[in-house]
Amino acid sequence: MSEYILEMNHITKAFSGVKALDDVNLKVKKGEIHALCGENGAGKSTLMNVLSGVYPHGTYEGDVVYKGETCSFHNLKDSEEKGIVIIHQELALSPLLSVAENVFLGNEQLKCKGVIDWTKTRQRATEMLAKVGLEHEDVNVPVNTLGVGKQQLIEIAKAMAKKVELLILDEPTASLNDEESKHLLDIMLELKSHGITCIIISHKLNEIEYVADSVTIIRDGKTIETIKKGEDEFTEDRVIKAMVGRELTNRYPLREGVEIGDTIFEVKDWNVFHPDDPNRQMLKNINIKVRAGEVVGLAGLMGAGRTEFAMSVFGHSYGQKISGKVFMHGKEVKMPTVKDAIKNKLAYVSEDRKGNGLVLIGDIKENMVLAARPQYFSNKGVINGNEEILAAQEYKDKINVKANSIEQVVGSLSGGNQQKVVLAKWMLTQPDVLILDEPTRGIDVGAKYEIYCVINDLAKAGKAVVVISSEMPEIIGTCDRVYVINEGEIAGELTKEEVTQERIMQCIMAHNRKDDGNE
Amino acid sequence: MNKKKVVNLDMKQYGMFLALVAIFVIFAVLTGGKNLSPANINNLVMQNGYVVILAVGMLLCVLTGNIDLGVGSVVAVTGSAAGIILVDYKMNMWVAILVALLIGLAVGIFAGFFIAYLGIPPFVVTLATMLMGRGLTYTMLQAQTKGPLPDDFVFIGAGFLPTMKVPFADGTIDLITIFVAIAATVLVIFAEFKSIATKKKYGFAETALWQLAVKNAVFIFIIWFFFYKLARWNGLPFVLLLMAILVAIYAFVTSKTVAGRQIYALGGNRKAAQLSGIDTKKVFFWVYVNMGVLSALAGIVLAARNASATPKAGDGFEMDAIASCYIGGAAVAGGAGTITGAVVGAFVMGILNNGMSLYGWTTDIQKIVKGAVLLGAVTFDVISKSKKK
Repeated sequence: MSEYILEMNHITKAFSGVKALDDVNLKVKKGEIHALCGENGAGKSTLMNVLSGVYPHGTYEGDVVYKGETCSFHNLKDSEEKGIVIIHQELALSPLLSVAENVFLGNEQLKCKGVIDWTKTRQRATEMLAKVGLEHEDVNVPVNTLGVGKQQLIEIAKAMAKKVELLILDEPTASLNDEESKHLLDIMLELKSHGITCIIISHKLNEIEYVADSVTIIRDGKTIETIKKGEDEFTEDRVIKAMVGRELTNRYPLREGVEIGDTIFEVKDWNVFHPDDPNRQMLKNINIKVRAGEVVGLAGLMGAGRTEFAMSVFGHSYGQKISGKVFMHGKEVKMPTVKDAIKNKLAYVSEDRKGNGLVLIGDIKENMVLAARPQYFSNKGVINGNEEILAAQEYKDKINVKANSIEQVVGSLSGGNQQKVVLAKWMLTQPDVLILDEPTRGIDVGAKYEIYCVINDLAKAGKAVVVISSEMPEIIGTCDRVYVINEGEIAGELTKEEVTQERIMQCIMAHNRKDDGNE
Repeated sequence: MNKKKVVNLDMKQYGMFLALVAIFVIFAVLTGGKNLSPANINNLVMQNGYVVILAVGMLLCVLTGNIDLGVGSVVAVTGSAAGIILVDYKMNMWVAILVALLIGLAVGIFAGFFIAYLGIPPFVVTLATMLMGRGLTYTMLQAQTKGPLPDDFVFIGAGFLPTMKVPFADGTIDLITIFVAIAATVLVIFAEFKSIATKKKYGFAETALWQLAVKNAVFIFIIWFFFYKLARWNGLPFVLLLMAILVAIYAFVTSKTVAGRQIYALGGNRKAAQLSGIDTKKVFFWVYVNMGVLSALAGIVLAARNASATPKAGDGFEMDAIASCYIGGAAVAGGAGTITGAVVGAFVMGILNNGMSLYGWTTDIQKIVKGAVLLGAVTFDVISKSKKK
């Protein structure tokens, strides 16, 4: 047996004549953590689907050699039997079923044929959870009562229950905050020490640098190179260069010649309570100010209350018992509905573009004009369709949405282009203030750069921009000023000169200590 | 580069239309041309009037991703209310119409309130209105038929617009119908020229000229065939006028108004619609209120056509209306579908019913065939969509 647990040789896979993978080679050593990098659409997921049998043997060219034997998987079950488990970006958990049941979903602990042994299920689930650092979790609660980070770990526990030998994680940290991500990565290292081989697909290069032993880079369906830790230069810049095929000298475009004007957006003493629990205060006395031409970041851990803040301001879309004042251009405004917020020239580009931002079965044009339509593209309720087409066309070109036409269905676009459509939708409402919630989540480096350019253009046009992001480098790279939010309160405010990842974390830690002290 | 500016007609849009024509031709062959007779064409319009009215309203419900099971019962309740007012109280026709429409409105508000503001699933709420409505009808009519209804009321379902008949071949021909056909032809051609002009003005992609010519020629042929047959019979049925007005209004509302497009956005992604400033509860509420009123209208037309109100009236109409929407290409999950599609779907069902009756198949067999056609149409739609991806 060779040192490689997995060899994928000369894999070529075409979809209706278009090659998604073109002679791709991937060699993974036993017991290592192997990262797979590439822009969106480069072919990473396709490759993993070939490996796990989602694309059955025979629909692709080339061969998959696993533990020395050539495999011909016809479905997921075949590959799982051999110990290959894939965890997809979208969680495959059934939200209302218990943790224990989810851990053994599709792999039930049976008494006899078809009858579930609940005692054994719970017992073994607890064991599995211990392996991923969740030994204190109650296995009987519905899985949706846990946070996303824990759910991700439960996915891994589920894989462990299948006696996994080769674990594939497709962007496992995409929806996790830094702390949760770190925990997950440490669990991966732990698994590695137990001899489990991992393949991780990720856009977060700092994470790859942290966990991976080697990186294979795929671009446009072709293998570019494999970089090994200890042998080659193993840095983010090197990986980025290979991914995009050019050197991105600066991941955050410079914003020059922007005049920062007067305060045009101000929120004072903002208090919000949980929508289901009127006694649970989610936001406490939040005060923020944003000036024209300024980009202000809201940093913080997941669940700190940033999205809740943005949504509660934006037409009271979140929470109850909301109190506090909002000023636009120095004048107090009331916005109890989203419609009022749009009228007052506030825009909120939501996180989770698929769930909250887009009508996926609608075309680009319909999505772009959706929010602006009542005000700008209609007269007494009757739509001016031609103006809509012109506007959509203009914005498609302006922010470079890659699509055949504005009639293309948004569901068929890549993540980056979908995000651009959501941005265009809100730019079309002609806002003075834009709140962008996780504007670059799950999109590739190139598209991120383009989104940052759009943010710069907005600032140049004198808009006030608020960026919410869980990726600290992004906040640091794009913002003029940063508010750190922790547990529903402002934990600190940092200027561009002051802000570093360490300072942000220090703010959070200091705030946590203060809180503990109070209690 | 001229190539980029030319787009092909979206054939899927016309596929259902062609299927409609094909079914019609098949039955023409099977029945030896019986279904082509002027009397039968007239029947087709009158028999399907209420299904079209219901399908138009149902499409809005389907666009939200839901259905309304209560329409058949509302048809019965409103029809029987009109019958009681006309027969037992001998009151004016307009009172009967007004009361029927108000009952429809009330049922709509009732259902809409539960669905939109209390968040009860539409399936459950309308299942309840279906049962309650049917029970109410039997109670009101004491399980008996009310009739006959007065002539002025019957006109709504069975009357004709004024005619100007002149002798023609072995019978007569109505000049007013012919005049309307000419007007419709001019309108179709005018609309096409206007659309070409707009496309030129804004520099949008244009459709190849020969394709437009074929499309319009087919349309105009169908218009003339249809109106010629009606002209040879008794002229234009009142129901046709009613249908035309409703279809025109709703086609406009769903494609050209903010309110109409909001229904599509809501059906496509409710959360995204909410965060885009759409009051989704309000949209839900009005969709069901609208359905209630249209059901009442269908109830009036049905009672008028039958010249009586019966407790069994409208039984299963909700299924015909729902099927019409799906056959017409509306997405079951919501967010996609057109009024034209729903109307064509309603006529597909109507022509099937009519053709099979003429051919001598019983209603039992007809149900089997209709079920198969519904399943086939939606399967075809779903598979062709997934292939496209």
